[in-house]
Amino acid sequence: MALLEVSNLSISFGGLRAVDNFSLNIEKNQLYGLIGPNGAGKTTVFNMLTGVYRPDEGIIRLDGQDLVGKKTIEINQAGIARTFQNIRLFGQQTVMDNVKIGLHNQYEYSTLTGILRLPKYHSMEKAMNEKAIDLLKVFELEDKADYLASNLPYGQQRKLEIARALATNPKLLLLDEPAAGMNPNETQELMDTIRFVRDNFDMTILLIEHDMRLVAGICEDLTVLNFGQVLAQGDTKTVLKNPEVIKAYLGE
Amino acid sequence: MKTGIKNMKKEVRGQLITYGLVIGVFIIVQVMLSLGMISNLMQGLLVPLCTYSIVAVALNLCVGYLGELSLGHAGFMCVGAFSSAFFTKCTMTTGLNENVRFFLALLVGTLTAALFGYLIGIPVLRLRGDYLAIVTLAFGEIIKNVINVLYIGRDSAGFHFGMKDETSLGLGEDGEVLVNGAKGIMRTPHQSTFTIGVILLLISLFVCFQLVNSRSGRAIMAIRDNRIAAESVGIPITKYKLLAFTISAAIAGIGGVLYAHNLSTLTAQPANFGYNMSIMILVFVVLGGMGSFRGSVIAAVLLTMLPEILRGLADYRMLIYAIVLIAMMLFNWSPKLIEFRKKFIADVFKKKEKEAA
Ligand SMILES: Nc1ncnc2c1ncn2[C@@H]1O[C@H](COP(=O)(O)OP(=O)(O)O)[C@@H](O)[C@H]1O
Ligand SMILES: [Mg+2]
Repeated sequence: MALLEVSNLSISFGGLRAVDNFSLNIEKNQLYGLIGPNGAGKTTVFNMLTGVYRPDEGIIRLDGQDLVGKKTIEINQAGIARTFQNIRLFGQQTVMDNVKIGLHNQYEYSTLTGILRLPKYHSMEKAMNEKAIDLLKVFELEDKADYLASNLPYGQQRKLEIARALATNPKLLLLDEPAAGMNPNETQELMDTIRFVRDNFDMTILLIEHDMRLVAGICEDLTVLNFGQVLAQGDTKTVLKNPEVIKAYLGE
Repeated sequence: MKTGIKNMKKEVRGQLITYGLVIGVFIIVQVMLSLGMISNLMQGLLVPLCTYSIVAVALNLCVGYLGELSLGHAGFMCVGAFSSAFFTKCTMTTGLNENVRFFLALLVGTLTAALFGYLIGIPVLRLRGDYLAIVTLAFGEIIKNVINVLYIGRDSAGFHFGMKDETSLGLGEDGEVLVNGAKGIMRTPHQSTFTIGVILLLISLFVCFQLVNSRSGRAIMAIRDNRIAAESVGIPITKYKLLAFTISAAIAGIGGVLYAHNLSTLTAQPANFGYNMSIMILVFVVLGGMGSFRGSVIAAVLLTMLPEILRGLADYRMLIYAIVLIAMMLFNWSPKLIEFRKKFIADVFKKKEKEAA
């Protein structure tokens, strides 16, 4: 059984059918790419997967569990975490605290325990700090733990978003254009990091990407969206050779 | 790991400065009081100063940390004031120890304000920004106006409630009016002292500081900074919004208890529990700096005392008041000055550490 099973997902905004009859299966531990021209409906797919939008039709299953109609919070707890195309960090908090907010549901103690600084507060905070630093190290952000998130350079903000998503201990990680705005060096570095995360966290990753080099370099399978519809689907090499794909996307 | 520890130190340091400041001022005032250096007028201001500081701290939790603009905090203060004064009035003849009674009144006032905060928060926190401000403002006014037409009496048969007038309560001969509509609650004991005020302020500061530097506090700030991202990492938005709002209302209630027990007659007027009060408290929060509890206390104290200090200057009074307002605004909002202030504080501390070493 695939980890993520999506079938016949559709949604309309007003008259516009933003995503039409979208299906996708992702196996555990796969690194999967979702590509397509601007406005094709890629982010909208993420928004449906994470409960931001409710699909008009279709089925979403994670590990066999039905997710349609669930709230974003429940979906995160069920095991899907994401990053955003337009970065959404907790800008007025430190890099460290951004990750610790991601750990919110992993290390629990009550508000009263926090106010009274009961022993559990100290043990939990200590465990959280250690876990957060470990995650920051993966993204080489540990030196910046005390920085305000909004003061990080762009590329590091994107990395912090991934670290924060990973902190929620997901089964499936959704990355929305993680390399957007990065220079070729940063992109290369990010590719390595994404691979590292997949291998070391035993993670399944679905990523939206514009950068063809990144897609060809790390994704095993691809789905190409065009005007809300699936144009091609399959292993990366075959898909990228598909004339329709070249015409719709690469040739533009 | 080093970074975490450094971080914690900074957090703890900020709190200690604030507690130290409050305690320092308290000691100075006590010394000056014993030397007879404080005028009667100023003495009368001591408890209100604590009251306003507490409510400003409460509002800062709501505005600065939760990021929700409430204009109804005078209403929560009002609830705290009346519920606690009512309790005190009811138990005056029970022979219970005075201090125990005050403590219980404090609990009653705080919990009632918390309950109102919770109940009002459920519908109101669905709204955003301006709408939330307007609706909380309306709630504050409603609370005040309801209290103005509320009559409660007691006789041997028990409690009597009314919304019309004193006589409609139909009290027996042994009856006593406890809450008398617009005339409020009369002849309550003066139990608030400056010392109690400072202790309650310290407790309020403690609760707020510990809260915002904990798991729940981070969740609250996450909602403020980016609600969508907070949802995406599994933070239950409604729960933490309600939590922060309720705690904020409860602390405003503490301010109300202090206020009520500083008067012999408690009435709900536009000046003490109306929207002007809510806005005055908001001015303290904004000028003291959003998210700075210490700033709220300093602003509340300075801006409450200033008109009194400047009384001698007659015509220039409001001019100077305005200048101080502008200066505080610059001090807390201009990026250059904020930087300078931070550097200055850091330098002072470095020196001290060196001296200590
Ligand atoms: N909330 C919305 N309301 C109306 N239209 C939307 C909404 N979200 C997305 N769309 C539309 O759906 C289409 C797909 O958008 P999107 O998923 O963001 O594309 P992309 O593939 O570039 O991520 C676009 O035409 C966009 O304008
Ligand atoms: Mg997009």
